[in-house]
Amino acid sequence: MNGSQSITVDPKISSLRSLFPVLERQVHGKPLVYLDNAATTQKPLAVIESMDNYYRHYNSNIHRGVHSLSEEATAAYEGARERIARFINAASDRQTIFTRNATEAINVVAHSWGRANLGPGDEVLITEMEHHSNIVPWQIMQEQLGFTLRYVPITDGGLLDLSELDTLLNERTKLFAFVHVSNVLGTVNPAAELVKAAHAVGALALIDASQSVPHMPVDVQALDADFLVFSGHKLCGPTGIGILYGKRDLLEAMPPFMGGGDMIREVKMSGSRWNTLPYKFEAGTPAIAEGIGLGAAVDFLQEVGMDWIWQHEHALTSYAYERLAQVEGLHILGPEQRGGLIAFTLGEVHPHDLSAVLDADGVAIRAGHHCAQPIHDRLGIVASARASFYLYNTFEEVDKLVVGLEKAGQIFAF
Amino acid sequence: MDQLYREAILDHYKHPRRKGHIDGPDIHYHDTNPFCGDEITIELKVTDGVVVDAAFDGRGCAISQASASMIMEEIVGMSVDDLKDWGKEDILDLLGIEIGPVRLKCALLPLKALKAGLYGLDEWPE
Repeated sequence: MNGSQSITVDPKISSLRSLFPVLERQVHGKPLVYLDNAATTQKPLAVIESMDNYYRHYNSNIHRGVHSLSEEATAAYEGARERIARFINAASDRQTIFTRNATEAINVVAHSWGRANLGPGDEVLITEMEHHSNIVPWQIMQEQLGFTLRYVPITDGGLLDLSELDTLLNERTKLFAFVHVSNVLGTVNPAAELVKAAHAVGALALIDASQSVPHMPVDVQALDADFLVFSGHKLCGPTGIGILYGKRDLLEAMPPFMGGGDMIREVKMSGSRWNTLPYKFEAGTPAIAEGIGLGAAVDFLQEVGMDWIWQHEHALTSYAYERLAQVEGLHILGPEQRGGLIAFTLGEVHPHDLSAVLDADGVAIRAGHHCAQPIHDRLGIVASARASFYLYNTFEEVDKLVVGLEKAGQIFAF
Repeated sequence: MDQLYREAILDHYKHPRRKGHIDGPDIHYHDTNPFCGDEITIELKVTDGVVVDAAFDGRGCAISQASASMIMEEIVGMSVDDLKDWGKEDILDLLGIEIGPVRLKCALLPLKALKAGLYGLDEWPE
């Protein structure tokens, strides 16, 4: 094992960790080892302060008032949007629509684009490795609109089984919606190729980038994505804010999802005219502080460097994979080449029990089905435990995870 | 943690009492906790308003399995009327631990199945 060489805490990581206040806390008298980053990430001071600063110094509504506070708030909110658009290389900031999270972003597409474009005889293709957020909206719309929902299966090794893709994608397919990086298997799907395959049959492609945008450079234009969604809180930003990216012509043609203030240009008793993008999809007073916070998160990540984050997580995950594979009775779900997370089972031990034992040592992991029941059904298991990493995690923390798992194995051994 | 997984709980988890099935149960109830995949089936034989035999089957975490095992051990010989009055505190007393809100669902799943069975409910009123 080359672990012993790796356990020198990189000075860059030490200084990064000092920017996250919560990482200083203890849990049950032990230093917090936070390995539940696929659920949500911790927030750096820059993000917390950007939101605090808004509430303390220029809290006001946006796009309306002509007073100083409103102008400052509008500039901060729209400035954040511009930086987020650049972060994913959107051609224009009109194409980055603020939503509550990735789930809401997919629902906007399902309801707005779906209603206008889907009906009996049409097909929507998703995959067996989707998060519930990219399954349930399509199931709901399927009932209402009568299209057929199909699934790309997965292999026993946790990769998309693309052998039947030629049949699954066909002239009836109107949309191929798939996850970029699986939140359970860690699988990094060949997104650009899948988009290309969708386009080849005249279908659109939606990418659920919730587990990719936080961890690797993502370029919406290079991917040629028609829609791409992610949540802010998984990339050091606050909860309650996410992004729907869409191609301009598609978004222009889509009817509004919700009606209300800010999304209209003109309201008369006889009817209304919609506002331009992105406001057409942002009815009502938005999550202003959260938008500003997400802008600060994106600035922070760019300062750290997305390439560095990807490489750091890759090193950490490879090390964790190697160490976990040696724990007696431990079974890792998914392929060896993966993003920064590892889900696993340990013998017959229930993931809740594992998580509780680890928690006693300050180690936070996720236990359950991670909002992806179909994957677990497919793999024939009820639930799994998951450790997921981010830019501030260390090799030493992986060691603590392994020690905790060995301890749990002993406690629950029959 | 040492408190959560005290010896008695691990003992019931590893050596569950009355796990399996009984012949011709008068009451049979199956319940699940979809959040964590826990499953439980409870079977009871009742004579003159008293539980005379009981068994459970299922799978789940140590807390839910120990809770089921302890409940089964306790209820044989008890009257149905007394059992209908059982609540959260009775189960926590049996387990002898303090439990946070998330794990409480695990601990209470067997009670939920028991009471739904006793009241003859098709489904627990959420």
